[in-house]
Amino acid sequence: MSLQDARGADLELVGIRKEFPGFTAVEELDLKIPAGQFFALLGPSGCGKTTTLRMIAGLDQPTRGQIFLGGKDITETKSHDRHINTVFQSYALFPHMTVLENVAFGLRQRKVAEPLKLAAEALNLVELEHLAARRPQQLSGGQQQRVALARALVNRPSLLLLDEPLGALDLKLRRQMQIELKAIQMEVGLTFLHVTHDQEEAMDMADVVAVMNKGRIEQMGAPEKLYDRPKTAFVAKFLGQSNLFIGDVVEQNAASVSINVSGHKLTVPRARAEKHEGTIAIGVRPEKATFHEDGQPAASSDLNIVGPGEIIDIRFTGVSNQYLIDIPNLGEVTVFAQNIGKSPVTELGAKVWVSWKVEHAFGLADLPANGAK
Amino acid sequence: MAFAAFGSAPAPNQGTSRKSGKFVLALLLPGLVYLGLFFLTPLISLIMTSLEAPDSSGAIGAYVYAFNIQNYADVVANYLPQILRSFLYAFVATVLALLISYPLAYFIGVRMRRYPLIQRLMVTLVIAPFFISFLLRTIAWKQILSEGAPIMQWVHQMGWLSSSQYFIGTPAAVVFGLTYNFIPFMTLPLYTTLERFDLRLLEAGADLYASPAKIFRKITLPISMPGVISGTLLTFIPIAGDYVNASRDFLGSSKTSMIGNMVEADFLQNQDYPSAASLSVLLMAVILILVSVYVKKAGTEDLL
Repeated sequence: MSLQDARGADLELVGIRKEFPGFTAVEELDLKIPAGQFFALLGPSGCGKTTTLRMIAGLDQPTRGQIFLGGKDITETKSHDRHINTVFQSYALFPHMTVLENVAFGLRQRKVAEPLKLAAEALNLVELEHLAARRPQQLSGGQQQRVALARALVNRPSLLLLDEPLGALDLKLRRQMQIELKAIQMEVGLTFLHVTHDQEEAMDMADVVAVMNKGRIEQMGAPEKLYDRPKTAFVAKFLGQSNLFIGDVVEQNAASVSINVSGHKLTVPRARAEKHEGTIAIGVRPEKATFHEDGQPAASSDLNIVGPGEIIDIRFTGVSNQYLIDIPNLGEVTVFAQNIGKSPVTELGAKVWVSWKVEHAFGLADLPANGAK
Repeated sequence: MAFAAFGSAPAPNQGTSRKSGKFVLALLLPGLVYLGLFFLTPLISLIMTSLEAPDSSGAIGAYVYAFNIQNYADVVANYLPQILRSFLYAFVATVLALLISYPLAYFIGVRMRRYPLIQRLMVTLVIAPFFISFLLRTIAWKQILSEGAPIMQWVHQMGWLSSSQYFIGTPAAVVFGLTYNFIPFMTLPLYTTLERFDLRLLEAGADLYASPAKIFRKITLPISMPGVISGTLLTFIPIAGDYVNASRDFLGSSKTSMIGNMVEADFLQNQDYPSAASLSVLLMAVILILVSVYVKKAGTEDLL
């Protein structure tokens, strides 16, 4: 048998709740991860994502609910009897063993034949076979991370848990490891559950992303779907940036919903809006918006136009410029413009109008907690 | 080596300039002078004494230097039971102290980590016996375990000892006293290693299919080995040379005497200084050999 023979299993969480003395880490969680998928659980620190991972690993016991792995209820199964392995945030490599022995540890516990041969194979996969005889503390952070990955992968678990394993690495190494991790997942075909607070990392690597906030999953789906059509203000702001506008619905028909925001009429396609009446929030991604220096653009039914406003901040980020535009009575609007040859505006204080296509707008189910931005 | 388990301070930087080299030497000087005067000189004097032969006058307590190696053969022949007994008692007491101290140190160092105040209080309690003299505590145990004291009455009632059997004066009483007196020396080094033990490694072990018993054997114990080694050395060495517990004035009898008791008797009562000295040198040599074999076997250089 080799690593390639591994098969992941479905993971299903049903009505999981976890209370600690004094607070509730996970409110109510239902989740299904199909076998072989790369699934990311994304959220800010303290949102309950690590607690969720620990419950799946068997390191914490849920207060309520059930965990199924490959259709089998494992809620009461002890951690060492679950065919799940974890790449810990701190790596938690055993300091008194060589790299090779670290990797062979799980195999030895399960009395797998030829543990050292399989461990060497796994080290080969992460390109560390030449460091097999070293101690973990003699390796760099990135190398330790790969040892931790090999130590988990070598057991061919039904499910591999990754607890922010790239958090301690510098940006360049992190990007490199992301690519390697994704490649390894495709190669071995295991089910990966990756917990992270880095939205780029989640979108980059995962097939499906679940955005978690305050112990609940706010929204779940393919990264492109989540980015294109966030359903809550939290997702709109946590996953990328968003310009959000709050107003009362003034017009609605079968095709669209329009709101009035201090005199500006903003429209969103009905199918892209979660709520169709009352006070709602409409948003647009900064890169979908453009600004116009030479007067107000001609009104059109498929264009949302706001302005005039003043450019109060320009930030150069390499591939794009980020403009912060203050529009009286409306608030600040962010616009990204790609640096392709000439920048439309190079100076602060310019008076501009901002527009975006109606089809790029999205309507949220809730209202942002603090104002229009 | 093993004692490094006591301090977590990083190694100081290598002195670079000549100036700092001289300064370091100046700092070392008092220590070196002290060692020379109070360690090296007595040691040489002890070795010289161990090679003395009776003076030609034949007066008691009068000896001259004679390079008399025969002294060593004589003490081994005369005191073999006491020598073997010393190392047997030291071994048993050290093992008992380890068995008692490890769970205690684990409890204080790991389980009580969440309650730093209680943790510190418990460490203080481990050290607390030191506030009272070693001799007084041992005398106190002699009172507590003497015939007629409530505990012994109860022991006899329960039939664990027949009414004609005493506890004081038995090897069990001596080993009990040795274990009791040296437990803090075992607990403290164990505590310092376990207190720094990374608990996430336990979770990693459970995640990698190790049962709690396996986790202890494969992870906790090997990582706390420096503490085990320091603790066993700090108990075994002084116990092997102890003469208080085994003395008939305390918990022992003439049947329990150890090397220390023989040294004391030869020096203070028999005035047979060469025998006492060669017995002392012998004890030191055997301990040195045992310790170096042990440290090598335990593979400390791998751990530290």
